[in-house]
Amino acid sequence: MAKKAAKRIVNKPVAKKPAAKKVASGKVAPAKGAAHSTQHAVEQFLYRQAEVLDAKRWQEYIDLFTADGVYWMPADPADKHWDGIPSIFAEDRNLMTVRMKRVLHPDAWSQRPLWGTNHVVGNVIIEKESPNGDVTARSRFHMMELRRDNVRHFAGSYVHELKKTSGGYRIKQQRVDMTNAQAAFDYVLQVWV
Amino acid sequence: MLQESIPNVARLVEPDRVHKSVYTDEQLFNMEMERIHERVWIYCGHETQVKKPGDYYTVQIGRQPMIMVRGADGTVNVLYNRCPHRGSMICGDRSGNTGEFFRCSYHAWTFNHDGKLKNIPMMESGYKDTRWTRDNPDTNMKKAARVENYRGFVFASLAEDGPSLLEFLGPSKIAFDDICDRAPAGEVEVVPTCFRVIQNSNWKIFLENQLDALHPSVTHQSTGRAAREVEVEIEKKTGKIPLSYHMLSAFATVTIDKWDNFQTINYPYGHCILTGYMGLRPQDPDTLAYEKTLTRAYGEKRKEEILSTNIHHVLIYPGLSVQSPLQQLRAVRPLGVNKTLTEIWHFRLKGAPEPIYRRALAYYNLVNSPATLINADDLENFWKIQTGLGSDGGDWVSFARYYGRDIEKNGVVETGEGMGTSEAPMRNQMKAWAQFMAKA
Repeated sequence: MAKKAAKRIVNKPVAKKPAAKKVASGKVAPAKGAAHSTQHAVEQFLYRQAEVLDAKRWQEYIDLFTADGVYWMPADPADKHWDGIPSIFAEDRNLMTVRMKRVLHPDAWSQRPLWGTNHVVGNVIIEKESPNGDVTARSRFHMMELRRDNVRHFAGSYVHELKKTSGGYRIKQQRVDMTNAQAAFDYVLQVWV
Repeated sequence: MLQESIPNVARLVEPDRVHKSVYTDEQLFNMEMERIHERVWIYCGHETQVKKPGDYYTVQIGRQPMIMVRGADGTVNVLYNRCPHRGSMICGDRSGNTGEFFRCSYHAWTFNHDGKLKNIPMMESGYKDTRWTRDNPDTNMKKAARVENYRGFVFASLAEDGPSLLEFLGPSKIAFDDICDRAPAGEVEVVPTCFRVIQNSNWKIFLENQLDALHPSVTHQSTGRAAREVEVEIEKKTGKIPLSYHMLSAFATVTIDKWDNFQTINYPYGHCILTGYMGLRPQDPDTLAYEKTLTRAYGEKRKEEILSTNIHHVLIYPGLSVQSPLQQLRAVRPLGVNKTLTEIWHFRLKGAPEPIYRRALAYYNLVNSPATLINADDLENFWKIQTGLGSDGGDWVSFARYYGRDIEKNGVVETGEGMGTSEAPMRNQMKAWAQFMAKA
């Protein structure tokens, strides 16, 4: 029975593959991608940002943004720009500072319990690289949060608009499309994801 | 036997205290759903959530899954989300457009937007000589017993009898008058984003918090102080304080003693009002431009009346908290004795300039979003209350602050001068609760 089923799967008609682009040598050309050095630098930046966040080094996290940088989690994946529409987060450095100061305040009751996060960032794709070195990068994240005895999982995608500066990349805008955001939130988010 | 197991609700509510089981007992929760939520007027949604014929939005009334749907004739109907055939829900999605009719995904029974049966496949052959004839009303999707729309806000009651919506709301209808009158065109339009946040606590704990004027400076001082520090920096740099920071810093600058200067007004059926404290009538160019549009629409005298309406919250028992000057509301949907969903919406004032919307938007994003700088600490408190009430460390919840010093006139209870932090709203809510629960 199992054998038969397996055979049927093998015999399924195979969808026609798009014709592979041939190069002169006859080999399949690799997808056009960013230079390895850019790919590497952006990946390192994203990993470090995740590490700073999980380590609760809030000021360092805020300093990863440019002076006019914005952290944005849209309410609707179809939204194009944060300004003037409802968002889950739409924070410039000033608002991020309010959030940081709140979290650090000794009487932020909901921040008192044991609480920690672990971000894993991957699937990093360089979407665009400008001649001046600015980069737009897409990636995926998975985050596990522990708060008291409760575990929550969050996942989604990032789009980073990175500005190249003498001190490395800085974030002009980070867009966070969190898949969970389309469902009701059981409790809320207290810091950036 | 059954009779004996029904809790004696009269013993659970005293004028200044309530028994803990009111928040923790499953059986009482089911009684509440039956005698309160599935009987009184419950807010379903705003009519602009369903603009076109066939547009629908699902909503929970008590334990009942319901559908609010716009019919071809423009009427907004509220139906039970249940096929009369085998009981399947008709709409599985939260919202959408159903086209010209509803169609059950199980056996393709179809219904008009008012719930009336359109067609049953094989009606003539399969249902010959059975009870399922076209004139049998049981073949229709059941409608909510009563539906009323006040200024675009749609309510339903699942009981045939009872006061009309306006009788029920009484003076608390000011919530809708205030929000609509602030629009030069006299009406509002919903912004189609609904933030949904689950609280791990009984539905009444949220309602009691809404008009608890003592809690903000305790619960929210961290955010209030953080916002104050940053707004001072912003003022140094730009010479101006954005109103959005003021909305947050007010939690710290209005100190615990100042909250007594406000007032609560408590009405029959459990509704209550907390007067305003944020001073949301600044004299900046945007506000002045908006005031001009209001003067053009209503004349000077009426404009003054509208803008001097001084409200922070209107609580419409048992499940709606409206902040009319900030153009938003929170609808409460009990999911269980210790689980409650809030659906949070905000509105545009038709005919008002964009900056006035931006003001509401700032509050919606900062206070009411799922990344709220404010409610995170409330929800933490609610969970602690719910868990604490499960303990045998005590049997009663006290609402005694300024008890005996309320001023009662014609069934309306006002807190005395300088007693704004009175627990009168909680006493009023529980009085209504006991009245509702006493009626089998």
